[in-house]
Amino acid sequence: MRAAETLVKAGLRPVVLDEGFKAGGQIYRQPPVPDGREPEDLYGSEAEKACALHETFERIRPNIDYRPRTLVWNVIGDSVDYYDESADVAGRLQASHLILATGATDRTLPLPGWTLPGVYSLGGAQISLKAHHSLIGQEVVFVGTGPLLYLVSLQYAKAGADVKAVVETASWSNQLRHASGLAHLPSAAVRGVGFMLSLRRMGVPIYRGAHAIRFEGESDCGLTAVSFESGGRSHRLSCIAAAMGFGVRSEWQLAELAGAQLSWSDIQQQWVPDLTDHVRASVDGLYLAGDGAGVCGADAAEVRGELAGFALLQDLGHSVDASRRQVLEKSLKKQWRARAALDRMYPVPMHLLDELADDTLVCRCEAIAAGEIRHVLVRPGAEDVNRAKAFSRAGMGRCQGRMCALNVQAIVERAKEQGPQAIGWQRTQPPIKPVPMAAMADAYVPDPEGTRE
Amino acid sequence: MMDLDRTPLQSGYDVAVIGGGTAGCSTALFLARAGLSVVLFERHQCGSQASGVNYGGVRQHGRHRAEIPLSIRARTIWDELPDLIGHDCEFDASGHVKLARTQDDMGELEAWARVARDFGLEVDLVTGNQLRDRFDYLGSSLAGASIMPQDGQANPRLVAPHFARAAERAGADVREGVDVAAAEREGTNFRIELGDGRTAFADVLVNTAGAWGYEVAASFGESVAEAPLSPNMLVTEPLPYRVKCSFGMCGGDIYARQIPRGNVIFGGGTRAITDFEKNRTRPRTSSSQLATRNLIHAMPFLAEARIIRSWSGIDGLMPDKIPVVGPSSTTAGLFHAFGFSGHGFQLGPAIGAVLGDLILDGRTDTSIEELSITRFTQDGAGVRTTSNQLNPSEQGE
Ligand SMILES: Cc1cc2nc3c(=O)[nH]c(=O)nc-3n(C[C@H](O)[C@H](O)[C@H](O)COP(=O)(O)OP(=O)(O)OC[C@H]3O[C@@H](n4cnc5c(N)ncnc54)[C@H](O)[C@@H]3O)c2cc1C
Ligand SMILES: Cc1cc2nc3c(=O)[nH]c(=O)nc-3n(C[C@H](O)[C@H](O)[C@H](O)COP(=O)(O)OP(=O)(O)OC[C@H]3O[C@@H](n4cnc5c(N)ncnc54)[C@H](O)[C@@H]3O)c2cc1C
Repeated sequence: MRAAETLVKAGLRPVVLDEGFKAGGQIYRQPPVPDGREPEDLYGSEAEKACALHETFERIRPNIDYRPRTLVWNVIGDSVDYYDESADVAGRLQASHLILATGATDRTLPLPGWTLPGVYSLGGAQISLKAHHSLIGQEVVFVGTGPLLYLVSLQYAKAGADVKAVVETASWSNQLRHASGLAHLPSAAVRGVGFMLSLRRMGVPIYRGAHAIRFEGESDCGLTAVSFESGGRSHRLSCIAAAMGFGVRSEWQLAELAGAQLSWSDIQQQWVPDLTDHVRASVDGLYLAGDGAGVCGADAAEVRGELAGFALLQDLGHSVDASRRQVLEKSLKKQWRARAALDRMYPVPMHLLDELADDTLVCRCEAIAAGEIRHVLVRPGAEDVNRAKAFSRAGMGRCQGRMCALNVQAIVERAKEQGPQAIGWQRTQPPIKPVPMAAMADAYVPDPEGTRE
Repeated sequence: MMDLDRTPLQSGYDVAVIGGGTAGCSTALFLARAGLSVVLFERHQCGSQASGVNYGGVRQHGRHRAEIPLSIRARTIWDELPDLIGHDCEFDASGHVKLARTQDDMGELEAWARVARDFGLEVDLVTGNQLRDRFDYLGSSLAGASIMPQDGQANPRLVAPHFARAAERAGADVREGVDVAAAEREGTNFRIELGDGRTAFADVLVNTAGAWGYEVAASFGESVAEAPLSPNMLVTEPLPYRVKCSFGMCGGDIYARQIPRGNVIFGGGTRAITDFEKNRTRPRTSSSQLATRNLIHAMPFLAEARIIRSWSGIDGLMPDKIPVVGPSSTTAGLFHAFGFSGHGFQLGPAIGAVLGDLILDGRTDTSIEELSITRFTQDGAGVRTTSNQLNPSEQGE
């Protein structure tokens, strides 16, 4: 939205395609219909920013071609293929310049029992509350790592849930060791401490350095308890719902299709698109903003959006406000440093996968367990993540590996004793999310370049 | 992504194979089983190119007459995969149905059936009504079909890799991640320069380099016009298992099959976008749309389904749409099997068997004369055409 605003200010009229029902993206998501909750209820300490963003949107709306509920499922050259869910039609747009700000999705780990009914992703739990004003359950345990874990726990506690505990995999000492990095962004540190104090005040216990985490229950009755070890002791908390989240994972599939190069980021523990000038991808006319191009958080996303707008304007020959840009760049650098500190404080606990049992599902769409992936890896010739997928089907389902690819990769790395560079990422192909055949068929336009014999 | 292969090569091999697709891997297997020392060089990984990404159609149905003997031989080997390579590769003799939209199409199917019956193949011709009695999910506007019950489908991701592994067990030296940069005849030997700077020597050289086969042929003075061919493929989300045969349409503008897992795999439309230099393909949206449209027309229940992925790959297309298989026209000891023109997956297993005959016995009972490279390289090439026969319509099925 900040990118669109920047373009509008310069007199352009951008097309804004968004899969969401309403503007706001992930963090500033709006309920589909107003339900009486105030911004403070919905966005807490970020209410002001949320309102500012929503107001910006209303202000620029007459000057943008806004298309909600529209999934972009392919980018090739300057063509953008979309599916408009509300009208149930597919189509294609041509754009000489493209800004992708596709955000992130939360990251889960295949811990024992994670597929039981009642175990949700942290983001799913938050969406359920934000968009639909409903809880995933009354007695909830939060499992994972990172600031979002505390935030959502607190949102649940405030909304009246009985939050049994926050089960954090990062150790306290690790958090303290790297916390000094937050000095770059004291406000983030203050917010984080605030979450923890509020949880404490509300009587929610926080367990740190948790491991041997299991979701217990039966597939017919669902989750009954979460057990884990922390502080040298075993714990078992009964609950009917749990939310799990280990930070978020960039959604760069469209960027990859558009030609962006990806590199492995050790600190983020994920593949991220290469960027120059903060927002430029390795293809002319392609700009990447927000968490989709490496996770740096919501405030940074606004900055990156504006910078993407500036870069695009500059490429169109407009003059841009150099001092404003400098301020933005400086602020962004600070935020990246703070993010690096957060990433160190709350690393994704991939070591939990060292003990992953053979019968634990890894790819949910295709119901592929860890053992099946390991089995195909025994064969020579199954050296990378794409071959592991080809032989096992892990990552071949509806979500096309968006949810499991990093976990499959971790299994391949362990089996082959190779790092991410050698193992690679699961390559993207269109559509990045499922597209209905009827709409696809109706959108057929003969293509003079398409030949057949 | 592969580590450079560093185990030493033997000082010389009986046979060197360039290219680890189905054709090359089956060749390595048959020759190694016969006791020859075989090395196979694959620039990427075995079965990672056309052989690993194709539609998975195992069909004799509708083939050019020149290919039929090879195709029949392949079909018997498909049944033997569990014994031969230790895996069935999900081969399912589900039957293959070729649909006719019009009476003209039907006439074409009848003409082909007469040819096929001369070769001893079983072909059923059915009318539109009979067709819908057998397959209630088909659209109502079809004129009829021909059916070959013994044809079927298999999982392409598994076939070449299993052949490669079986070849290794039989003693072949399979080198993945190793590129052949050049090859030439040196005395009674072939001298093979590898991309990593090493050199290998062999008495016999087999060119199963797929879409790159023309490069190898050219270095022996055999210039052929092989072009890249990239069929556009799609797959739906899993649906109730209903479409148990593999289907194709007269003219080849759609083909579809469903795997027991529930996904419907289909292709057709036009070609995908190909960057041959970079060895990259991208699905073409208009082709995906056209194939989808045609498929919904033939199987209306699919209108409700959703597509989850599309892709393509590169096969080699010969001017007359049938492959080059057989001895070189210039160089003793060199054998070709490339340019399968979008339908070489089914043939792959027979390539090893037939080249095995030629290399070991100097002759084969499987008639492949019309597939010889001489049709392009010798006097009169281009004038003489083998395409007096019906068109092998499906490119990529
Ligand atoms: C589940 C979840 C919950 C979070 N909760 C919080 C929180 O409470 N507090 C906090 O500080 N941070 C939170 N974060 C992080 C925060 O959301 C991000 O830092 C911030 O939203 C980044 O902004 P963005 O513009 O990059 O992406 P987003 O806000 O996610 O916006 C991306 C937009 O792109 C659209 N989109 C994506 N792909 C397509 C496509 N193919 N076609 C069309 N449209 C598309 C999406 O619908 C969305 O509207 C959360 C992240 C996740 C994943
Ligand atoms: C999308 C698609 C769908 C298809 N559907 C079907 C179908 O349903 N049924 C059917 O029968 N056929 C189908 N085909 C055709 C079939 O896949 C091919 O004809 C067949 O796989 C060709 O096998 P191959 O071994 O010749 O080629 P490939 O599998 O391409 O193998 C050739 C190998 O040679 C290697 N190579 C080339 N040059 C060198 C070098 N210099 N050094 C080292 N290695 C080298 C390449 O890396 C490659 O792995 C389809 C093809 C495609 C692309």
